[in-house]
Amino acid sequence: MSGFLSSSIGKKLIMSISGLFLILFLVVHLTVNLLLLLGSEAYNTAAHFMGTNPLITSIQPILALGFLVHIVYAFILTAVNAKARPVKYEQVSQSHSSSLVSRQMLPLGLALLLFLVLHMIHFFVKLKVTGEAPMIVMEDGVEMHNTYLLVGSLFQMPLYAIMYIFAAIFLAMHLSHGFWSAFQTIGWSNEVWRGRLTWVGYAVAGLFGFGYAIVPLYFLIFQPITL
Amino acid sequence: MANINVKLKIWRQKNEKDAGKFDVYDLKGVSTDSSFLEMMDVLNEQIIQGGGEPVAFDHDCREGICGACSMFINGRAHGPDTAVTTCQLHMRSFSDGETITVEPWRSSGFPVIKDLMVDRAAFDQILQEGGFVSINTGGVPDANAIPIPKDDADASFDAATCIGCGACVATCKNGSAMLFVSAKVSQLALLPQGRVEASRRAKAMVAKMDELGFGSCTNTGACEVECPKEISIANIARLNREFLGANIKS
Ligand code: HEM
Ligand code: SF4
Ligand code: FES
Repeated sequence: MSGFLSSSIGKKLIMSISGLFLILFLVVHLTVNLLLLLGSEAYNTAAHFMGTNPLITSIQPILALGFLVHIVYAFILTAVNAKARPVKYEQVSQSHSSSLVSRQMLPLGLALLLFLVLHMIHFFVKLKVTGEAPMIVMEDGVEMHNTYLLVGSLFQMPLYAIMYIFAAIFLAMHLSHGFWSAFQTIGWSNEVWRGRLTWVGYAVAGLFGFGYAIVPLYFLIFQPITL
Repeated sequence: MANINVKLKIWRQKNEKDAGKFDVYDLKGVSTDSSFLEMMDVLNEQIIQGGGEPVAFDHDCREGICGACSMFINGRAHGPDTAVTTCQLHMRSFSDGETITVEPWRSSGFPVIKDLMVDRAAFDQILQEGGFVSINTGGVPDANAIPIPKDDADASFDAATCIGCGACVATCKNGSAMLFVSAKVSQLALLPQGRVEASRRAKAMVAKMDELGFGSCTNTGACEVECPKEISIANIARLNREFLGANIKS
């Protein structure tokens, strides 16, 4: 089994499974995000639930592991692949034979990684580590973090809104190749399913890109929070 | 018939150890009806007449079926035309006055022997690990004694058209040999005679491929575009399936 996982296809399988797992997480994350469009109460309640429900918080380490594995293997595979061509070509013309995105998965991933770090500093650290995020008392008397205020006020600043919109675009690009690619790696593709999965991948990428970008865009344009 | 003048920027390397460099040659009055290899022959005549060392390059059948000819031309394996080998590439694909850059396949699995010639023995080594059927087939069986679905026979035949040229490796940004290996695994795995050893074959050939230093596949799909036989990357999905299945079983 260890021989299998260290083979080239085994390493790619790890990349694929971890990538699909991250996509699953992003579906949940997006669903909660969209509640920001409904207002403070809906979003704060959902964020409070996600942050305190034992079932969800116990999955957190698995999520962190998923990211770690995906990132570590991204570097391992890239290093191995670079060694397979020690002398570079003088002239390479690739534009007609493969998409730019499929060739730039690591730079796109690195952009996502940079974003991930900033994202943690903006929200996770303030909510879970320092606890400096503002509090709010709900109608039923429960006290919780005012995550709506924390997120919304950040997104009302053009710099941050634009940063988050770019991250959404990079994610969409990563997945426009990654989604189908993950299925191809597992072997779940053939002449027929290749086309279908490519289109599902574009749809997933488009939905993620649109969904994640619409929230900062909403706060940026409508400035619903008066500070 | 038209004639064109071209400037050729060609990789010259004495042997595997030599660092190598580009030399530039002017070639005048090249017929656009000549193949790329015929143009190279004319160039070599010119070099020999000038007292120089001719450019070494691989070729054999010169009709697109053996896979011997290689050359990375203007940044593409087998040059600018699609679905052809270099021997089937013609000078009409180039314009008058054009500078044409010619390089050998670049891969740690394919060391340069001399100039544009590379050692593709790595492919033979991979084939020796399982690119065959080792059962004793006896005499010629009756046709149709073993019914094979038409789709499977077609897919197997498509995979079997791989000529082992190495353009897939040369063109892949990761120097991956997955298209070649997947074609060889598929052509046998799709037929009942080859099915028997499919698991062992997939494992052995992938292990050899990894050992020889080829990269891993990131599914860019460049290989199938540059493959002279248009081998589909659906074969790579099949190889992944075979390999994962073989490892789950044992
Ligand atoms: C944010 C969430 C992310 C998701 C949902 C995601 C998803 C995916 C998926 C589905 C694949 C395709 C796997 C395959 O081809 O089998 C992939 C590939 C890749 N990802 Fe990510 N990824 C994410 C973040 C990252 C990060 C942070 C990095 C980098 C440091 C990264 C680097 C890569 C690379 C280099 C590949 C190509 C690997 C290969 O084909 O060998 N990804 N990703
Ligand atoms: S798969 Fe295509 S490019 Fe690769 S060796 Fe076979 S014929 Fe050549
Ligand atoms: S020389 Fe045989 S394929 Fe080109």
